[in-house]
Amino acid sequence: MRVLAAMSGGVDSAVAAARAAEAGHEVTGIHLALSRNPQSYRTGARGCCTIEDSNDARRAADVIGIPFYVWDMSDQFHEAVVEDFLAEYAGGRTPNPCLRCNEKIKFAAVLDRGLALGFDAVVTGHYAQLRTGPDGLIEMHRAVDAGKDQSYVLGVLTQQQLAHSLFPLGDSPKSLVREEAARRGLQVAAKPDSHDICFISDGDTGGWLGEKLADVNRGGSIVSSDGEVLGEHEGSWRFTIGQRKGLRIGTPADDGRPRYVLDIEPVSGTVTVGSREELAVDGLECIRPLWCGAPPSAPLECTVQLRAHGEEHRAVVVPSSSGFAVTLRDPASGIAPGQACVVYDGTRVVGSGTIAATSRG
Amino acid sequence: MTVYLDHAATTPILPEAAAAVTAQLGNVGNPNSLHASGRAARRVVEESRETIARVLGCRPGEVVFTSGGTESDNLAIKGLFWARQAEDPRRTRIISTAIEHHAVLDPLHWLEEDNGVDVALVPVDRLGRIDLTAFREAVESDPESVALVSVMWANNEVGTVQPIADVVAIAHEHGIPVHTDAVQAVGQVPVDFAASGVDAMTLTGHKIGGPYGVGALVLRREVQVTALMHGGGQERDVRSGTIDAPAIAGFATACELAVKHQPELAARLIVLRDELVAGVREVVPEAAYNGDPVSDVLHRLPGNAHLTFPGCEGDSLLMLLDARGIECSTGSACNAGVPQPSHVLLAMGCDDEKARASLRFTLGHTSTSADVDALVGAIGPVVERARAAGLTSRSTS
Repeated sequence: MRVLAAMSGGVDSAVAAARAAEAGHEVTGIHLALSRNPQSYRTGARGCCTIEDSNDARRAADVIGIPFYVWDMSDQFHEAVVEDFLAEYAGGRTPNPCLRCNEKIKFAAVLDRGLALGFDAVVTGHYAQLRTGPDGLIEMHRAVDAGKDQSYVLGVLTQQQLAHSLFPLGDSPKSLVREEAARRGLQVAAKPDSHDICFISDGDTGGWLGEKLADVNRGGSIVSSDGEVLGEHEGSWRFTIGQRKGLRIGTPADDGRPRYVLDIEPVSGTVTVGSREELAVDGLECIRPLWCGAPPSAPLECTVQLRAHGEEHRAVVVPSSSGFAVTLRDPASGIAPGQACVVYDGTRVVGSGTIAATSRG
Repeated sequence: MTVYLDHAATTPILPEAAAAVTAQLGNVGNPNSLHASGRAARRVVEESRETIARVLGCRPGEVVFTSGGTESDNLAIKGLFWARQAEDPRRTRIISTAIEHHAVLDPLHWLEEDNGVDVALVPVDRLGRIDLTAFREAVESDPESVALVSVMWANNEVGTVQPIADVVAIAHEHGIPVHTDAVQAVGQVPVDFAASGVDAMTLTGHKIGGPYGVGALVLRREVQVTALMHGGGQERDVRSGTIDAPAIAGFATACELAVKHQPELAARLIVLRDELVAGVREVVPEAAYNGDPVSDVLHRLPGNAHLTFPGCEGDSLLMLLDARGIECSTGSACNAGVPQPSHVLLAMGCDDEKARASLRFTLGHTSTSADVDALVGAIGPVVERARAAGLTSRSTS
């Protein structure tokens, strides 16, 4: 197959591209320039897609022996991912931009352009496994390395997209991937993985949001669940559900125990805080459903994951007109609207939705 | 077997030039040393200087060797500006054009941002030719304040030859020195330094079949310039640094051959270029030919064919052609490998989309009709694919 290898300059995508080439595919490497103002150097694990990253990807392509180009997707990325991120925070929600990027950029804009140019698939260094199910549909399963599994951020992909995707690393533990990179002579073998949000290079999300949302500064009150005003804040986007630190209330709670953010109301700017017990929810309403195969027709006993690197929760999922409702077997805490709820049947991804509301039943 | 159609980026080294470099590499001797080995190396440099001077119509003492076109442009822009301003502090302006190469535009921008210089970039017409009326106005609005003028001899992207004689006439009415970046012009169109009247001229080795890493700034004797490189005082204190005798030997060989063969090469390339343009437009009738359509050395660089393919993205076209072994350029500067819409096309009045949909094909001394045939054969299917991809790229709905 003619495949497009998306190469970030990191070790995973480099090894993935190398494996695809070794498997006999005709591989072309591309680095996605997603930032409008890329930094020159990568500072450790912060940020991604700097000029240094682009050069690392280029060198990896040289070693693998494949053509290499840089695709400028910065406008599309800004529109689909960065602006969405800001809008969600302004709306009192906690978004996950990596899912939006996969949904709209990596496996959409990039894939569409690749298909139009005559490629058959996009290969990435994501840790996930694809196999064909008994019904002939493509199934996505968690990776062998549970700690590195990225099926959560890929939970937004449809059959159409999966039909043109390759994830060569799903069957390998990360440690072996680094060893393999070294064996293959890839300079990035020892490069640290990138964490945090790629477009906030110093990792200071709060500061970045403060700057960008300065005009939307929904300052307001911090109140208890009884409505008692406890303090003031300068921007509801500073808070996320389940947050304990940085509340700056001043006076301790009556029982002396920590308070947690329970709710963020963006229009009034009201942030409600309460005890850990009050944080627990057992019901979720999810919108914007994206199903990996056929949507479930009946209530589905399954597990759900509610944040990246989060634990699995046993649940029952019932499709609704706007998406699906989730009933958790056991209460969970710190579930933030805006995050993705990815539904699993064992290791298989069933689909995902965006958490719109939580409830205690 | 690649089809190389990017001679404006660089061109194969002439075997004679490579031989000259190699021969000199084998000889030890710093041209500044006083002993026999040093003097022998110095002799090679001086003979090279004389050769270049002879073929370009200047005096040997007017040739300053540098590391290439970019350094020569930087030396001209900054060096001339600072020297002229030191003579008369009222000289705070530089007049140039909107279509200069980044090796001229970026020093100008830097002087503007960091040194408070007033830079006026004169517009060009739809063919990429400087607007002489606007140029005259820019000069005459306050001639005492103009430190220098810089106008390229011929544009590297669309090939338009500039009316250098007219620019010089206007600037010299007011005693303003004129610099020209002639890196694309030497060997392609007739270039005579003295006859042109310019005060400073940039040329470089690798564009004319010589080695990389070497070029020259031809500077009229009377012209003062502030050095950028301080050190051992080489090149009359204008450009310090150990003289690269092997590279200069190759540069001089290439320069001599390029100038000698220029009429014959230009005639041959004009024919091939016109065939290329006609051939491509036959297959892709909606392709637009950018720059001056008059096909002679007074108007356009002989090997330059710059075309816009509506509905396609230049970088898709480039990638698809590259996969077929056909090598060309989008002609625009690269920012970390990401093509930016060409400032030259934008200055000529093209919109962003058109600027992104363009490719530059440039022929050179090794080009043959087989190269043209290969491109014409491939361009149809490539444009079709690029068009399909072009429609997907812009929105993310």
